[in-house]
Amino acid sequence: MAAAADGHGGGGGLDPLHQFEIYPILSINIGGYDVSFTNSSLWMVIAAVVAYLIISRGVGAGSLVPTRMQVVAETLYSTVANMVRDNVGDAGKKYFPFVFTLFMFVLFGNLLGMIPYSFTFTSHLAVTFAMAATIFVTITIIGIMRHGLHFFSLFFPAGAPLATAPILIPIEIISYLSRPVSLSVRLFANMMVGHTLLKVLGSFAVMMGAAGILPLGLLVGITALEFLVAALQAYVFTILTCIYLHDAIHLH
Amino acid sequence: MVDDQLDKRLKDLGKRVRTAQAKRAERTGASGGGRGKPAEGMAVGIRITVEMIAGLAVGVCIGLYADKQLGTAPWLLILGFLLGAGASFANVLRTARELDARQARERQAAIDRARDE
Repeated sequence: MAAAADGHGGGGGLDPLHQFEIYPILSINIGGYDVSFTNSSLWMVIAAVVAYLIISRGVGAGSLVPTRMQVVAETLYSTVANMVRDNVGDAGKKYFPFVFTLFMFVLFGNLLGMIPYSFTFTSHLAVTFAMAATIFVTITIIGIMRHGLHFFSLFFPAGAPLATAPILIPIEIISYLSRPVSLSVRLFANMMVGHTLLKVLGSFAVMMGAAGILPLGLLVGITALEFLVAALQAYVFTILTCIYLHDAIHLH
Repeated sequence: MVDDQLDKRLKDLGKRVRTAQAKRAERTGASGGGRGKPAEGMAVGIRITVEMIAGLAVGVCIGLYADKQLGTAPWLLILGFLLGAGASFANVLRTARELDARQARERQAAIDRARDE
């Protein structure tokens, strides 16, 4: 991303938001809707393929003394497996594939975005909100299927006096509805902020000439931090999904 | 013969790893648990901020939309704002409680590991 700052910005006008531009690679129009294959879609496909390759190549060997790829695959697997076990419990095993897929997709979306000239699809609210909304609807359906109408007791904390219900229930409903918003905004904001910061600092390094060494040094540190944020946000996104899943399964 | 040697070396390595882990747990435990890395602190900060805004935003949006549909402006917006603020507080409290619980769990795990040694 850092190196891409100057080249991608285009000439004198260094536009730190240029990197988030979406352009169609393959224009498709179905029934008046623009469903073009964009650079964003391309990087989603790349993220899915890379995740698939790492897991299939890593698991394929299955030897006692693991290869490097196997260590990577097993670490990713056990991270998510532990997360599901700790946060959802045994009932969560059923939903492990869902959570794992989600984790891999977000993680590789974030990490691949760190490659210069690439595109970070998780830096778009449309993408993260679509994911969060899907999670939200899925988990609500899981909860209703497991508990039926009893699921709605989630909106009234156990042990609270009945007189507080008119205030508490709307608050709990709004709190519940705010989950997909906070889930998506958090991921999008983190990725967007980090990448914009990198570009801005990158353009400083270009503009300041010889003194540009200073922002360049800072850039090295922030790039490292960005890698950490990329992994951490994928982790947070997944762990919150687990917590929501826990609520839907156990109702508090 | 060779196997015995390998076994001994493996055991030795295991012991060294465990001592190092215990030492590390002691150190991080003393400095206040999960507050070690700056990036993690930032993640917690952003998480709480977003949590605070999200509840309020949803409440206000519901209020605005209902006002538009029913023509009761501005009362439902005000109600939505207040309920949204309540939801935000509930969200923040819940997040803080969960972070606390995780930190306590991590510290307990570190202490347990150190004691095993």
